[in-house]
Formats: sequence, C-alpha cells, structure tokens
Amino acid sequence: MTERTAQIASSHGLHARPASLFTQAVMKSGVKVNIAKPEGKQVNAASILGVISLGIESGDTVTLTAEGDNVDTVLDELVSMLERDLDAE
Amino acid sequence: MPSNTLATRTLHGAGIGRGLAVGRVVRMPDPLPEPANTASALTPAAELTRASTALAETAADIRDRGARAGGTAHDVLEAQAFMAEDPTLADDIEARLQTGLTAERAVFEAFAGFRDLLISMGGYMAERATDLDDVSQRVIAHLQGVAAPGIPDPDFAFVLVARDLAPADTALLDLTKVLALVTGEGGPTSHTAILARDKAIVAVVGATDALQLREGETVIVDAAAGTVRVAPAADEIAAAEAELAERLARPVAVVGPGVLADGTRIPLLANLGSADAAADAVAKGAEGVGLFRTEFLFLDAQSAPTVVVQQEQYTKLLAAFPGKKVVVRALDAGADKPLSFLNDSAEENPALGLRGLRALRANEQILRDQLTALANADAATHADLWVMAPMVSTVEETRYFTALGRELGLKTLGVMVEVPSAALLADRILADADFASIGTNDLTQYTLAADRLLGSVAAFQDPWHPAVLRLVGEVGRAGAALGKPVGVCGEAAADPLLAVVLVGLGVNSLSMSPAALADVRTELAQFTLEQAQQFADLALAANSAFEARAAVLEVSQHQSHPNKGAGQ
Repeated sequence: MTERTAQIASSHGLHARPASLFTQAVMKSGVKVNIAKPEGKQVNAASILGVISLGIESGDTVTLTAEGDNVDTVLDELVSMLERDLDAE
Repeated sequence: MPSNTLATRTLHGAGIGRGLAVGRVVRMPDPLPEPANTASALTPAAELTRASTALAETAADIRDRGARAGGTAHDVLEAQAFMAEDPTLADDIEARLQTGLTAERAVFEAFAGFRDLLISMGGYMAERATDLDDVSQRVIAHLQGVAAPGIPDPDFAFVLVARDLAPADTALLDLTKVLALVTGEGGPTSHTAILARDKAIVAVVGATDALQLREGETVIVDAAAGTVRVAPAADEIAAAEAELAERLARPVAVVGPGVLADGTRIPLLANLGSADAAADAVAKGAEGVGLFRTEFLFLDAQSAPTVVVQQEQYTKLLAAFPGKKVVVRALDAGADKPLSFLNDSAEENPALGLRGLRALRANEQILRDQLTALANADAATHADLWVMAPMVSTVEETRYFTALGRELGLKTLGVMVEVPSAALLADRILADADFASIGTNDLTQYTLAADRLLGSVAAFQDPWHPAVLRLVGEVGRAGAALGKPVGVCGEAAADPLLAVVLVGLGVNSLSMSPAALADVRTELAQFTLEQAQQFADLALAANSAFEARAAVLEVSQHQSHPNKGAGQ
C-alpha cells in the first residue's frame, strides 16, 4: 500500500468545485484511491458525495492511499492538486 | 388527434402578455410518490442488478441531455451524471438492499441521506440538494418504468401543461419547442409568470382544471383573453392560425417613446437586476430604468461590498443611460431574499418583519455606504439618478430616508409604495418624497393578505383587484395634487391592458421587464387619457379582479384603434 499526506490549500476546503475537480481526476487515473482525515474513516476518493461528506476544510491534512504498483505518480499528482488553491483556478 | 371524445370547452386563467398559440398538449409528469417501504420479493442480488442498471442508464441519459443542451446546462447535467455514478452512493444502496429493501426504496433512502447531509452543510452544497433529488427521481422513474419527471422533450413543438414549474425546470426549457405554457397553479407574479414574461412565452397561469387536460389534446392558448380553448372546432383553429399569421406580418412599434393616442407621454422604463442588462434594455426601447435592483451586489456575500466596489457597478449602469432617468432602489432584503448580515434572526412572518428600509435602518452604515457610492457614481456620469427606499410604511420613515439621502449628496429621493399604509397616506408621504414608485406585487400581497410565494393563495395575488387599484388611485391622486411623479414597477405594469388602467389611475411612468415593453407600448398607443380614465372607473367599480379585467377587456375591444386588428 502506498500512502501520501497533503494539506488542503483551497480556500473553502474540499467542497463544491474543488471536490468535483479532485474526484474527477481520481476517476480519470483509473486507480482505486482512498482519502481520509487523521483518525477518520476512509472513503473512496472518486466519490464526490463521499469526499464532501468528510467535511474537509482549508488547512486540513488528509491521507491518500492506494494499492498496487506504479501508483506513486498518480498519488503525487493528486497531492500536488490538493496543495493548489483550486478555488482560484 | 383522437380528442373529439371530449367536449370543446374553455379554461380561464391569468394570461401573461398578449400572445396566441395553437398546439398539442404535453403534460409535465407529476412528481413520483415516495416508494413504499415494503419487503422485496426478489433476492438482494437481483435488486442490486436492477439498481445498478437503473443508475448507469440514468447517468447515460443525463449525460446525453447535457450534450444536447450545451452551455451552463451541460455542466449542471454532467455534475448530475457523476452523482448517479457515485461509488459511495452505490455502496450505500447495496448495504440497504442487504436488509431486504426494494431497489426503489434503497435508492430513495440513499439519495435522501446524502440530500440531508448536503442541506446540513449549508450554502453552495445545500443548493446542490435539489440536483440530488432530481437524480433520485429519475432513477426511481427508470426502475418503475414510468416517465421521468422534469420538462418533457418530444420531437415536436408543444403546449406545456404543468401544475407549476420549478426554477430548475424553467432553466432547461427549450424555447424553440414550447409554443405556450399553461399552469394550474400560480398567479401573475409567480416565478413561472415572471419567466414567461421575461422570455416572451405565451402563457396562461393559474388556469382552473388545467390538470384535467389530456396528453395530445389540441388547445388554443390566448394570453390576452386569459383563456385555453380545448378541443376547438376546425374553423376555430383556422381562425387562430390566420390571426397568428396576421400578427407576424404586422409591424411592431419596437422603439420610440411611450405615448397615448392623444399624445400624452407615458415614459416606458426597464426593470433591471444588473448593469450588464442595460444594453438589451436600450435595444428594446427602454427610455430609462424605472427599477434597478441592487440585491445582486449583495447576494452570496458574507458582508456588504465596499463603497468602491458598489460605485464601480453604479457608474457602469449610469453610463449606459446618459441624459435618461435611472431609478435605483436601495438594498431590499427580506422575506424571499434574506441576507444574513442585515437580519439573521428567524422570523415567524418574514414578509411582516424587519425587511426593506426597516432592515437598512437597523444597519445604517450599510445604507450610508450604498447612498455614498450612488452619489459618487452620479457625480461621475450624466444620467438623471433617482434613488428610492424599499418597503416604506410611514411618513416618518420617508423623512428619515430623504433626509439621509440629501445629507449624502443625492438630489432626487423617493419611496416605494408597497404597504397599504403608504398608499393611504400618499398625500403626506409625497409632501416629503420627490416621487413614488408603486410595487404592485407586494402591494397586492399586503392588501389581500396573501403570501406571494404560497401556491394555495395564488388566486388572491391579482393586481387587477379593485382594492389594489383603489390604493393605486390614492397615490395617483396625491401625485397629481402635489405635482410629484408616480410610477409603477411591479408585474402589473407589464400587463398591457392593466398598464392602460394604471395610467387612468394617475400613474405617469411604467417600468417592466424589457421583453414586455413592445406590447405595452403598442397597447398604450390605442387609447386616449380619457379612455384610460374610463377604464379605470370601470375596474374600480368591479367586485373582483376577474370582473374588473372582463369589464375593461370588453370595452377596450370595442374602442381600440382600428389598426389594432379585430377583437377576439
């Protein structure tokens, strides 16, 4: 299992448009990625409803996990996405 | 059409505008009932297959509609398709199926759970809850093999018949296919009526027995008469089609000032909600702006915008109307459009609460900033700026607002007359205010004690009511006695025949959605001031809105200028 942490940069957290952009990027990657807050439950990162149900706010740290080989690039790209202010794009 | 089994008949409602249409009825499907919570006769695995298939096919169908709609509708529908495909939702449905629910019930409960979650998050997410409801309804309709709710989309032009339309439905209305709208609920100020007027759709709203209309029946919708002729005879259809062809051929006085047949000038102005709409209003012949709503600057804001930001918007608006009158209304929050920074206390009766000028006065700095921004914009441009306060109910409030406006450098200050007390004391109020503008939507709501937003009392919400007209007459008389202008900026001004009656009651300018200007201009040109006053007397003498409209309609058809064409 590969794991990464990211700090959410979007000014309104991972809601609305940023959540939509993020889940679509996960879906496009074709990799099964989970997302969780520290000590929180894991949800499927390709699920917009799952992601917004976590109530992730700006500045929160989240953990992304994925199984399999060659998932490093995918996770790195997703982390860099979360660490940009998607609200401003 | 196989509709001759039913008798030819006529339904009555409130017509919007003057349009005419002939076409086949397509009914808006009714909302689906909540699926029953009964144990499934199938295995959980079989129900799961049904649910997965319905979700996938619904997503494909939504995506397909999005591709055809294009534009912003495409983005909205694409987001809805993702909801139907959401893996968390699918897991949730699967878990519920294990307890022996039907696919319908499991889909319903899973969507409802996420809907409640979104609503509890508030703001933007809460607004998406309706999208989730719509997707849920579509999936359940698919499972039950019934028509999906929402606007039908047959491959021919049709007359849409609905109980009423939701704002989300109207956004997707294909105007090239909808010949006319007929609703069973809603009055002339309902959301549907406002949309119909704005988009110039032929419409009759609040039509009794509209829901009895059957799919495929032929109807003639006559907005001027407020009628829907059902299963008409062949010669009636031919006559209506000939009338339609003649109307298309008739030149329309699109531009030019508003003027009565005797030369009396009645300036026709536009109701605007943003500076961007100014060019369209000018193109449609607006002689100025009679109501500029400033709420758009404040919506979605956590706090009021700064003087600089407001000044920029007002300058842009005023610059579009050099030498013309522009009436700006100070921020009107409350009832149907609450703003948390003005008033965040829950009220039992918001229409009777701290709204309009009352809310501004409780937050005077916001009002001061707005008036300062307006005065600065006025100094930098060449429009004739008038500023008015919303929902004024006393003489004392009038004095407060006009004194504050003058202190901040504004020249022409007036009040909205929306509360009966202001109409009844118009002679005292107009002694202090420079002008009055009658908001007929709220004036009707308060006079008839009928909530504008409540479908069950929509029948009371008719500005033709003689009680409302009598109040308008009070304001008109006070304006004439004191030499102060009196305008109307409610939906009533956009009803061409009612516009003539309002002029007869002493109103000297009319402001409306730009789309309504041409019809009102054409109607005003048919009659003299004396005739308008005679119509006003007839309407005032009636016992109901229906009688008032019928009496004026009948006389007007006999008296109109011959160029107007034959009456019905």
